[in-house]
Amino acid sequence: MTALIRIPGQLRSLTAGASEVPVDAATVGDALRALDAGHPGFGERLFDDQGNLRRFVNVFLAEEDIRFLQGLDTQVEAGQTISIIPAVAGG
Amino acid sequence: MEPALTLRCRECGREFEPLALHVCDFCFGPLEVAYDYEAIARRVSRASIEAGPTSIWRYRDLLPVADEHPVDLGAGFTPLVRADRLGAHLGLRDLWIKNDTLNPTGSFKDRVVSVALTKARQLGFKVAACASTGNLASSVAAHAAKAGMESVVLVPSNLESAKVMMASVYGGTVVAVEGSYDDVNRLCAELTSEHPSWAFVNVNVRSYYAEGSKTLAFEVAEQLGWTAPDHVVVPIASGSQLTKIHKGFRELGLVGLVDGTDRVRISGAQALGCSPVATAFAEGTDIVRPVKPDTIAKSLAIGNPADGYYALKVIAETGGGCAAVADDEILEGIALLARTEGIFAETAGGVTIASLARLVADGTIRPDERVVAMVTGHGLKTIEAMGDVAGPSATIAATLDAFDAAIQVEGDLIATAPREHS
Repeated sequence: MTALIRIPGQLRSLTAGASEVPVDAATVGDALRALDAGHPGFGERLFDDQGNLRRFVNVFLAEEDIRFLQGLDTQVEAGQTISIIPAVAGG
Repeated sequence: MEPALTLRCRECGREFEPLALHVCDFCFGPLEVAYDYEAIARRVSRASIEAGPTSIWRYRDLLPVADEHPVDLGAGFTPLVRADRLGAHLGLRDLWIKNDTLNPTGSFKDRVVSVALTKARQLGFKVAACASTGNLASSVAAHAAKAGMESVVLVPSNLESAKVMMASVYGGTVVAVEGSYDDVNRLCAELTSEHPSWAFVNVNVRSYYAEGSKTLAFEVAEQLGWTAPDHVVVPIASGSQLTKIHKGFRELGLVGLVDGTDRVRISGAQALGCSPVATAFAEGTDIVRPVKPDTIAKSLAIGNPADGYYALKVIAETGGGCAAVADDEILEGIALLARTEGIFAETAGGVTIASLARLVADGTIRPDERVVAMVTGHGLKTIEAMGDVAGPSATIAATLDAFDAAIQVEGDLIATAPREHS
């Protein structure tokens, strides 16, 4: 399935400035790993040594926090948008 | 003198220039302002602070921007009042209320916004923006008006009408977003990437903004005669205020102004309908799981608190507790504070007072401790929450007979027939 990943400003140095990257993936986790394969550097920024999302990384699928879905195992449908957003904002 | 600053990642320790950055571009950890405390200790004294303005800017040596003419509506130096009647009711012998309802726009947010916009202006920003649960929106709009900046504030569309009206009166752009605060916040985080020339006070200038909350600790200590309280109770939304009050007390010790600040216990207050930090505390985990908020305390309705993890750490390390109180307790808390101390707080203040009562009842707060409760927003902002709790005792014709029929007076006792609820 082709999904679109929106890249936060802080990480656009890894995508040559692109704000969106299309990937083929069945789950959110696959999508993020595909992003890292095409643009090395994402993996170590998004995941800790155990392969879990870092504490201050939020990931949204179609505007919903994946922690309210099935996390990295959440299925991705064609045309959906995944957003990577720093957790440190607000309040 | 402009202090020497760096921004340092709280997670991995990487350092950054003091620009409009809020997250580490390596690990996404929060960036925090780091100071040269030895240099500050050499130039700051109790006397130098006491000679300063009666606002947060008397503590400018410990703030991240030293502008001779800050963006200032007079935030801070609000009363710290001894609360003997409330204390007697709760079984506390030495209770104080930090009455931060008395800020220029009626909440503690003026402290953080004054710092944020002063820094934003110094960095060259012309537009101030924010995601807000209501109080921040008014404060940003008001300070932007004062500074001659444009403002764009985004709020959840279900906000109390007084907060929306107030935010709108200052002439900036107010956008009501369909969804929760967490939806608004996510949108703002994305807008920050698309509009890097806007200063989102609680996103890209958050590192500076958050420092403004330290002044609550500074003022409490100064107003207690440069001594530290034993225990403070702080409402938790994002958790930023609580962590910065802790930082403020610690800094007073580091620069030699107050002794014993490392022993201040800090407790958190949340609404049961949005209690991710209290839940994590109760479960003994350091993982703050996001929730979907459902509470009348809308100013605290952040289901995914950015500083929840750090607030939890502060509570645990200082030996505090964390309460979660139901909506009816919140309304009782507002009424109790008003009826014993004459202070009318918004729902967040009700959360603080109700949590204070809980923490006394469960033994977390001891009766002999010197306790300070942070009451951070004015009651007029959330009057619609009070509909069933307060209202006229009677509505009568303008005659003596009607008054005598409605109001029974016996000596100093005044009684009325029970008020009819609509």
